[in-house]
Amino acid sequence: MSYKFDFAFLADRWPDFVAGAWLTIQLTLLAIVFGFVLGTLCAIARVYGGRVLRLMVGTYVETIRNTPLLIQIFIVYFGLSSVGLKLSAEVSAVIALTVNMGAYSTEIMRAGIASIQRTQLEAADCLGLTRLQAILHIVLLPAMERVYPALSSQGVLLMLASSITSQISAEELTATANLVQSDTYRSFEVYMIVAVVYLGLSVLYRLFFWLIGQVLFERRRRLGTPL
Amino acid sequence: MIQLNANHLLYLLEAARWTLLLSLLAFVGGAIVGLPLALMRTSKIRLLRVVSSGYIQLIQGTPLLVLLFLSYFGLGILGYKLIPLVAAAVSLTLYAAAFLGEIWRGCIEAVPRTQWEASDCLGLNRAQQYIYVILPQAVRIATPPTVGFMVQIVKNTSLASVIGFVELARAGQIVNNSTFEPFLIFSAVAAMYFVLCYPLSIAARTLERKTHGG
Repeated sequence: MSYKFDFAFLADRWPDFVAGAWLTIQLTLLAIVFGFVLGTLCAIARVYGGRVLRLMVGTYVETIRNTPLLIQIFIVYFGLSSVGLKLSAEVSAVIALTVNMGAYSTEIMRAGIASIQRTQLEAADCLGLTRLQAILHIVLLPAMERVYPALSSQGVLLMLASSITSQISAEELTATANLVQSDTYRSFEVYMIVAVVYLGLSVLYRLFFWLIGQVLFERRRRLGTPL
Repeated sequence: MIQLNANHLLYLLEAARWTLLLSLLAFVGGAIVGLPLALMRTSKIRLLRVVSSGYIQLIQGTPLLVLLFLSYFGLGILGYKLIPLVAAAVSLTLYAAAFLGEIWRGCIEAVPRTQWEASDCLGLNRAQQYIYVILPQAVRIATPPTVGFMVQIVKNTSLASVIGFVELARAGQIVNNSTFEPFLIFSAVAAMYFVLCYPLSIAARTLERKTHGG
């Protein structure tokens, strides 16, 4: 093997990588927040909703979970623009990632909500809370607490999957790598750097979710049980 | 611009065979590398545990797309021709191995401790314990999540399209380039993926219910 590694391009291209990583963070944080809200609403609909609502949510979840994200992104970006709804690559990316995250967090939150005992709801009833109040104040947070590890893994997975949005030229980290490697011909080095940046990002995201968990779940913090 | 016709559909279906083949390669490769990983993760030797968990963290912390580029260009550096199928199979294998290794580790650990102790008492050595006592039980626990993970593999083969391997997703792009009906074509492609994945999802769920019910 006579290949010589050459990272010289980093000297003047590193701002590109920083910009790419920053866009990755922006895209994925938006998608994680919106996706989680969407997923929670769908999970509530799936557990407490009527037949039609349950069927609709079920169809949404199964469709998204059984098709590749790449194709979902294509449908949002190319498909919607062909029927007259022209969106920028970044907006399309956030929409596709949100829809994707929504489906997975529906399943996760549904499991969490299902794990809350009926007696909790009955007790809330006795206290005179309405169904909505009971769900908001009694069910949601403990449900989220139980499935929080799965939720945060899903967040990290989504961050990694956001690399796929490079295929519609959203200028995030992987797209930056594609650009830099086509300028410098140091393909392997470029993707090595990007891999390291993604590794760093996934550690960062885990830390971030852990911190949020510490803030949200007071009881667990006090008891000292790890998330 | 060409009108969309039956030949296009046929072309997509033919490409779907490559998706199947690549999924199969990735699963078999992932299983071959993943089983030793799972065993290393549950090993008594610290070094083996550290190495295997390091590998799993590394792969699970980088996007498959970047792995794909790395193996595509990496094979080039090693002096091999850039064959998209090989690069895709290699990266999907590395990826599947990390996840299967982690899933199977959980399944091995889910076998009750008492089984280890009882087989110890019967005088079985470590290898015999694995072969006759632990693994047969772990396999039963592992089947539902493994089938579930196959769905991820099938979906992720779509990424091979970016290095020019003509499977279902790439075929969809090609057809779209000549007909420009993205909504229709990518919906059709999505439907084909759904047909491949949904039975696996159902199977995983049914198996899951059976394991927990029985």
